[in-house]
Amino acid sequence: MGALRTASPEPLQTGDRVVIELEHLDQLLQGLADRNYEVVGPTVHEGAIVYERVTSIRDLPSGWTDEQAGGRYRLKRREDGALFGYVVGPHSWKKFLYPPQQQLWRAERNGKGLCILPEKAQATTKYAFLGVRACELHAIAVQDKVFLEGHFVDPGYKSRRESLVLLAVNCTQPGGNCFCASMNTGPKAASGFDLALTELLQDGPHRFLVDVGTVRGAEVLSNVPWQRAEGADQQQAARLLAEATRHMGRRLDTHGIKELLYRNYEHPQWDTVTERCLSCANCTMVCPTCFCSTVEDVTDLTGEHAERWRRWDSCFTVDFSYIHGGSVRATPRARYRQWMTHKLATWIDQFGVSGCVGCGRCITWCPVGIDITVEAAAIRASDSVKATTEPEQGVA
Amino acid sequence: MTAGLVPDPMLPTPYRIQRVRQETDDTFTLELLPEDSSHRFSFEPGQFNMLYVFGVGEVPISISSDPDDVPLLKHTTRVVGTVTKAMRQLKRGDTIGIRGPYGTHWPVQEAVGRDVVIAAGGIGLAPLRPALYRLMAERERYHKIVLLYGTRTPEDMLYRHELEQWRGKFDLEIQVTVDRAASSWRGNVGVVTTMIPRAPFDPSNTLAMICGPEVMMRFTVMELVKRGVAAERIYLSGERNMKCGIGFCGHCQFGPTFVCKDGPVFAYSHIAPILGKSEV
Amino acid sequence: MIHTLEPILRDHPFFQGMEDRHIQLIAGCSMNVRFNAGDVIFHEGDPADQFYLVREGLVSVQFVIPNRGLTTITTYGNGEVLGWSWLFPPYRWHFDARAQQPTHALAFDGKCLRGKCDEDHDLGYEIYKRFMQIVTERLESTRLLLLDMYGNIR
Repeated sequence: MGALRTASPEPLQTGDRVVIELEHLDQLLQGLADRNYEVVGPTVHEGAIVYERVTSIRDLPSGWTDEQAGGRYRLKRREDGALFGYVVGPHSWKKFLYPPQQQLWRAERNGKGLCILPEKAQATTKYAFLGVRACELHAIAVQDKVFLEGHFVDPGYKSRRESLVLLAVNCTQPGGNCFCASMNTGPKAASGFDLALTELLQDGPHRFLVDVGTVRGAEVLSNVPWQRAEGADQQQAARLLAEATRHMGRRLDTHGIKELLYRNYEHPQWDTVTERCLSCANCTMVCPTCFCSTVEDVTDLTGEHAERWRRWDSCFTVDFSYIHGGSVRATPRARYRQWMTHKLATWIDQFGVSGCVGCGRCITWCPVGIDITVEAAAIRASDSVKATTEPEQGVA
Repeated sequence: MTAGLVPDPMLPTPYRIQRVRQETDDTFTLELLPEDSSHRFSFEPGQFNMLYVFGVGEVPISISSDPDDVPLLKHTTRVVGTVTKAMRQLKRGDTIGIRGPYGTHWPVQEAVGRDVVIAAGGIGLAPLRPALYRLMAERERYHKIVLLYGTRTPEDMLYRHELEQWRGKFDLEIQVTVDRAASSWRGNVGVVTTMIPRAPFDPSNTLAMICGPEVMMRFTVMELVKRGVAAERIYLSGERNMKCGIGFCGHCQFGPTFVCKDGPVFAYSHIAPILGKSEV
Repeated sequence: MIHTLEPILRDHPFFQGMEDRHIQLIAGCSMNVRFNAGDVIFHEGDPADQFYLVREGLVSVQFVIPNRGLTTITTYGNGEVLGWSWLFPPYRWHFDARAQQPTHALAFDGKCLRGKCDEDHDLGYEIYKRFMQIVTERLESTRLLLLDMYGNIR
């Protein structure tokens, strides 16, 4: 092993691959806290791994893993002390970037006039996300398209996003409901991060291979001792990721999926899934890309002061599509179809990418275990109209 | 970086009510001017604003004034829920909040050199009125202009006085019909779609703009297509639940479109596959 | 001899595609009629032995409802056909028809045409085909009326 250097004179650059040891990760977190970043990361709470404020690596779920299946989530003890030996839980990073409840502005009545007061431009919380998986990097990028890349920009999202430090973690052990490989969103974090960590436990001390993604990532890392990654470590990381790709819990065939769903609005599978769907909206709450919201206008008892709040909403609610005395999507069948068709098909026409990143949360947290990959496969299996451009088999 | 550097599209601008006009028993028009006289606002026919009633809520309403009259704005709306009911109680001098203008607009420019058919049903005439103002402001650029207007009863007709004025002043063919009428009504009775087959326009060179209940629009489209008007030159104004008007809340989705930004004005050819599909 | 009304029939969309000999036959059963505003064209229950082609004006289809008075259900204007009850038993009108405005129309002797259709099934096919089209269009617009699409929300 090479000699460790502290506060190395050699500057780190984007694209560099280095290794840091366990305690250095703690130093890195401390360094971020010292620079007024609110560090949030995975922690065990009430039987699940959720994203909360973390102050040191001792807050992380060391030695825990998760077992996920349709409608099932359990934590189990690992045989090692891996800090990131699980996948994703019920929280996603939208909890911080796009808060579930947000006051948009206040208004005051003065006589017949009214005065709108934007929420005081407080210093935006600077977040550092620790443990962002590849699928989640894609999910953040998907929400960026909604809130930053359209005609209108959400100023709060923009400032939270721009000050954000993203510390990604490569998944080396996919979960039971994971299908990022099918959606081309993982398991390897390819871009969109400041630093990407791959946890290594074999052939040496507990350490992390770190890919430097941006100048900001290089700055953050330069405060801790690092050494250049050697071949053996790089190979171990590559091998772990290749294994992960081969052990996905689920798969989803995305070939022509947009057209498939567009021509199957009346497929009987929608009736089948409706027999189980409770319209509970869990899937939309846990989905990292779902962005629907509603606004609530409230006044105090005097009626002189009003506030407007934005809250997360779900297309599964009966009133979601209410106009003129009735809802357009009055039946649960129509609402499930809306959610799934949006996620896998219309999203592509709207934003140029799929709305699904293959994280599997909707499968885990559905109380009846509805599986989007199974639903898509069922529709594909008895597709009402075969694409006419399919090549014939066995033609000379 | 603070949020102040990017304009917040969720902040309404205060507008003061200049006049409240009762149009029919459940429809009224607000005439508005911005509180801040230096506030600049311009819009295209077909666009809508989000109107905020203090402490009650916000609703999307099409602009129904003359685009050349800005900063004066007029909004004609029907009392259908909590917010519009509260809005109806407002008086001259009261203030509301406005965000906008949002959405796509009627293709008035594309109608140059063509016959124009405007088919309105009920309150659907309100979002079309700005287009009519534009057409009449440059009447010579268009060929035949035909307005077909249908309402439930003669008492539900909007802008009757103005319609009479237009009939007299401009080369504008106006045909009205009602679904039901008392015996004193001497005009057409029947759904507005029945006026399409014999309306005086050349289908091979016509642009149509339609606004009204969705069923009315669908069948009007059918009659126009039957007469040979091109699908790409038939435009409708859609409507869906809106909470933001700016593409963030997700409520107004209609298939792959957001009615607030891909609409409300749609070319029929664009939405034909989903128009009329149940619960989409 | 060419009936003076033949060219008018030949030009009208309703008779498009008909053979000359059929047009002649029909023209032979037609004549010009005039109604003043308010004139009754026929009453509910009257024998239905004609049909009309409105050339110019407006005709209303009405029902007499004791406590509501005369109620107009629909109107027919320029170029529209009034009346198909002459084709189907019991050959009686099911509503009143009145001219809302001064109206010029072509009136056709339905009783005579009925006989001719029985003799010449080709003529019958052409007539029934066209009236079937009218009936379906009217049914469709009646359905839309039933929807009460501008109706109150509540």
